[in-house]
Amino acid sequence: MLKTLGILAAGIAVAFGFGLLVDNAVPPFWALIVNLCGVSIILAVSLNVINGLTGQFSLGHAGFMAIGAYVSAYFTTTLRYFDPEVAKYVSQQPLFDGVWGFAPALLVGGLAAALAGLLVGIPTLRLKGDYLAIATLGFGEIVAILLTNFKQVGGSKGLTGIPSYADTSWIYAFVAICIAFSLFFQRSTFGRALIAIRENELAAEVMGIRTARMKVMAFVYGAFFAGLAGGLYAHLFQTINPGNFNFMKSVEVVVMLVLGGLGSLTGAIVGAIILTVLPEALRDLEREIALPGFRMALYALILILMMIFRPQGIFGQRELSLKLLRRILPGGRK
Amino acid sequence: MTALLATENLTIRFGGLTAVDGFNLAIQPGDLFGLIGPNGAGKTTVFNMITGVYLPSEGTVHFDGRLVNGLQPAQVAALGVSRTFQNIRLFDELSVLENAMTGAHQHAKINLFDSLLRTARHYREEQRQRDRAYELLRFMGLEDRAGLPAKQLPYGHRRKLEIARALATEPKLICLDEPAAGMNTGEKAELSALIRKIRDELKVTVLLIEHDMKLVMGICEKIQVLDYGKTIALGTPQEIQNNPKVIEAYLGGE
Repeated sequence: MLKTLGILAAGIAVAFGFGLLVDNAVPPFWALIVNLCGVSIILAVSLNVINGLTGQFSLGHAGFMAIGAYVSAYFTTTLRYFDPEVAKYVSQQPLFDGVWGFAPALLVGGLAAALAGLLVGIPTLRLKGDYLAIATLGFGEIVAILLTNFKQVGGSKGLTGIPSYADTSWIYAFVAICIAFSLFFQRSTFGRALIAIRENELAAEVMGIRTARMKVMAFVYGAFFAGLAGGLYAHLFQTINPGNFNFMKSVEVVVMLVLGGLGSLTGAIVGAIILTVLPEALRDLEREIALPGFRMALYALILILMMIFRPQGIFGQRELSLKLLRRILPGGRK
Repeated sequence: MTALLATENLTIRFGGLTAVDGFNLAIQPGDLFGLIGPNGAGKTTVFNMITGVYLPSEGTVHFDGRLVNGLQPAQVAALGVSRTFQNIRLFDELSVLENAMTGAHQHAKINLFDSLLRTARHYREEQRQRDRAYELLRFMGLEDRAGLPAKQLPYGHRRKLEIARALATEPKLICLDEPAAGMNTGEKAELSALIRKIRDELKVTVLLIEHDMKLVMGICEKIQVLDYGKTIALGTPQEIQNNPKVIEAYLGGE
């Protein structure tokens, strides 16, 4: 336990150092991309627990992200100005004002998403494969449509004027937390149970693994971190609308996983970085050769080539470890 | 003595086909019991009903005095029934050791937060599962392969790993579904000795489905013969070998 706290503290310290570096040495546009990478990493790593480890095909990650984004943003904006009395009270509470109000707001957003994950997971996780994909896709759409019609959160215009709390340090602190917890999850009796379900659900069940309960657990865990990522996203861009969390967003996260290697934590991280940076990097190229739209075509081509020549993704189900490095580096032991 | 496992009038229909018809079985604690019969006789279907995979159309399954019908497979496992599969079902991407450890998962008394925060309870649980898994891998002669991914194991070892995994659930009864299938003579002899050791040393009651008559007749004390979903004979190996109905079922009548 002390070791865990040490690891988390070290991760957060590194994140703050990284934040300082990015703030001071990286041009604003690329700093934004770096931040967006952080959000993508949290999304991909958390979806990997559901789609990668447990082998359940969820297409609803953007829905959980939306819930986290809206709930946390609601806490840092509307709720504070809703009632002058409340606003006055809140501003006197150091823990709920300014940047320090951000952590509880994020947490509440994550918990709201986790609750949604529980409510959606219990009925839908009886479904398998394509059916689960369609049910979760439906959930994502329902969230987007509800938000569009919900005047209290701005309808289709969404929420604006969200304070810009999420800087690089905050985002990467949560990246560190998410990666550490996901790794600890994966390497525990619960992680093995999830992989057992993916590998052979009947055998897992007969060996005494409560498959339904374990799947819901994975789903709630993934939803919680998707909600956190949503909260960070909202306080990074300062404005959100239902269109930010549509079906394409869910697909994007799934593509990150498939590109990196479904079931690999390192793969999820690498996939998230590549798919966040690539479209922006290609933007410059597109301008150079004056061929609008070339960017998206090339992006698609890269994905198609990847699926033809390495369908298991960059990492397959392996993790980047010292052992793997030793094997692939020249002169290494086989 | 009350039976450890008892089925009464166990029947299952798939559409118009009655796969198992009025099947009665009584296994006493400490038995090494053989269930044999020609292909398609319904033996594996019986296993599936005992372990909660299929819900019987009629009849009851009692284990240790408790009604098993209608329980989920994981609940049946918690009562102390474990099994292997005719078509091996290992967790291919997990290592040999991890496969055996998953068997011990059901006895874990920790929650997810213990593992996320790496509390002392988490490490104790990991140690318990690892010790248990190593013990059974050693028992099955697989400990030197512990680190290998399960998919890289040769066929005979895969069958043994399934048994180790099933034993890791700490069952009172283990149902082995054709454990010798695809093994050579040497491996079969070794397996016979192991099955006997499971009963004698680990004190686990064994219910065995097997096609290899030499193996079944060699180790089982009681044998029940199933044909077209019905019991046609029950007795000691000698009695079964000389039973005209059994001979007819296997070799065909006039």
